[in-house]
Amino acid sequence: MGISTVSAKGLAGWTSDLLARLPAPSGPLAAVQRRGREALAALQGPSRRQEAWRFTDLALLAGLDLNPSAALSRGAATDGLAPQNSSQSGPGTLRLKLDGGSDPLAGVVLPAGVSPLSESELVLALGHTLAATGCEQHWPVELNHASASQLLALRIASRSQVSLELVSDAAAELRPLRVLLILEEKAQLQLCQRLTASGAGLTSLVLEAHLGRGARLEHALVALGQPDAALLAHLALEQEPESHVSLVAVSAGWGVSRLEPRIVQVDGSATTTLRGLQVVAGDQIADTHSHMAFGGPEGQLDQLHKAVADGRGRSVFNGAVRVPRAAQRTNAAQLSRSLLLSDRARIDTKPELEIVADDVRCAHGATVSCLQLDELFYLQSRGIAADQASALLKRAFCEEVLRELPATARRWCPFESLLAARGSDGGPATAVESGREDLEGEGG
Amino acid sequence: MIRPDADVLLEIRGLHARVEDNAILKGVDLTLRAGEIHAVMGRNGSGKSTLSKVLAGHPAYTVTAGTVTYRGQNLLELSPEERARLGVFLGFQYPVEIPGVSNLEFLRVATNARRVQLGQEELDTFAFEDLVRERLKVVQMDPAFLDRSVNEGFSGGEKKRNEILQMALLEPLVAILDETDSGLDIDALRIVAAGVSQLATADTATLLITHYQRLLEAITPDFVHVMAAGRILRTGGRELALELEERGYDWVDQELAALELG
Repeated sequence: MGISTVSAKGLAGWTSDLLARLPAPSGPLAAVQRRGREALAALQGPSRRQEAWRFTDLALLAGLDLNPSAALSRGAATDGLAPQNSSQSGPGTLRLKLDGGSDPLAGVVLPAGVSPLSESELVLALGHTLAATGCEQHWPVELNHASASQLLALRIASRSQVSLELVSDAAAELRPLRVLLILEEKAQLQLCQRLTASGAGLTSLVLEAHLGRGARLEHALVALGQPDAALLAHLALEQEPESHVSLVAVSAGWGVSRLEPRIVQVDGSATTTLRGLQVVAGDQIADTHSHMAFGGPEGQLDQLHKAVADGRGRSVFNGAVRVPRAAQRTNAAQLSRSLLLSDRARIDTKPELEIVADDVRCAHGATVSCLQLDELFYLQSRGIAADQASALLKRAFCEEVLRELPATARRWCPFESLLAARGSDGGPATAVESGREDLEGEGG
Repeated sequence: MIRPDADVLLEIRGLHARVEDNAILKGVDLTLRAGEIHAVMGRNGSGKSTLSKVLAGHPAYTVTAGTVTYRGQNLLELSPEERARLGVFLGFQYPVEIPGVSNLEFLRVATNARRVQLGQEELDTFAFEDLVRERLKVVQMDPAFLDRSVNEGFSGGEKKRNEILQMALLEPLVAILDETDSGLDIDALRIVAAGVSQLATADTATLLITHYQRLLEAITPDFVHVMAAGRILRTGGRELALELEERGYDWVDQELAALELG
């Protein structure tokens, strides 16, 4: 109990200190920043006394000495940013580097089918999906509101097919990233997003996407951190009927990470596929709180969340599924599978199904297991060393999610880097380093 | 092929082993020389499978007495992987399914572990593919099984073929095949048996653990051992298997009872 009190106090102090140091509101999000700061000042920060944060201690955040102006002041120097900011990484693929401070679209030539949102559209659309998924007042979202001075807001035209890569590497800084995507009817977007850390910083991501009827979003989020860095991410997705969302989120190596995919099928009749993999070691905490809501009949959800916990790491999964009376003939399946590699690691996994409709199929299951002795022995009996055999089995466990990543995102997280993303010194740095080389090698 | 002057590959003396609190092996003696094929027969629960697992180093079994010497070395001191690399192979009665681990990759890693031990060069993906395609012929296996996960969704027969494929790749000196014939139809049995016969050479020893003598119609053993209550009760030639087939195992019980009384 002592810990949670201390961390809550520490977090409150950290928040007010941060608010005092934030530069004056500016840019396209000035009004949002003002509101966010007011809200953050009034809001009680997450503490383990709150159900939603019961297992996840943000004490690490309170220990981060963030210079909020580092990223936020980058906006001043926009000259010549374009060549660094964007590149064509493949045919038809637009890659944008998000640094949290400068306009990600400055000097960028957008491909056919992609256009920036106008100011008047922004007023209507920004925050709409956050509200629709019930998270606009969450503390991590308000933190992003308070600090983000830039955003990436794009419209994907009806029937167009677009491939977008968003990359961010945060140093010892607060790195607020705000993304808003509008997919018009039958638009298709493949979004590969990569978040890395190269210092003791905090990456705060708030992404909203609205999918029109028949639209398709394939979102791969690869987040590879380091033990002294934190990640808070909200992914809010709103689906019109006949749309399809496929989200594959892979995270490893963060001191603390909290990922909240929040999806609403506004009138049902859409399909949502969620795949998650989180890896913790050392003293790391990885927390995924997913929230799926069906607003109408005949919606589908296929969710698989996997976790690997080693060392004294802690993995948390909470999978909420809301099926109100209007959502008849919903077909939802949720499975959480965790691999416990150390007797000091901890797994907390909980489905949270709220089903009012009576004609539905909602399956859920959770397993927690260790490496299977028989499998290990089989491999060893073929001359494969015990440590190599465990690595093969861990890899096999992760592969079920990793293989769902599009090729680009898959290259960002070679399996070795996931397991190397340990709590000890050196591991994660190497992992991120190799990934970054790969990234730059592809660019240009 | 019995040659009294052939090298002793494996020598088991007074072997006792238990799993948890159950003593299963109670003094097994067995000598395998190069070129020999031995069959160990016995009822369920006689200790046949335990013997194979103890020899391969399964961690669930504890050796409480006795020795096992493999080419002059104390086998019991070695880890399962060291035993495999040195040329001891266990064909599993129930090969383990490992979802997510590619069969081809598994075979390559295993083959290379053995090759390094033999002082041979490791094979890269391409060179290994050539080798594995050639060895597939030994068990007439469909190359499509290489692209699947290890044993996942394989039929009983396919799993056993995959075991013999591993044997063909690892080229062990001592092969212990635990009920390789179980779950096989006649055609699969014929193919697997032909594969095993092809791999048994003048330099290797084979230990066939089986319940029925039908495997021994396809592979002629030099020695047949009857196991009961954790030890080898009687040793003979091919005719002993035929006797078992005719008379069943009841006489074994009588002999065992007499032995215990005596």
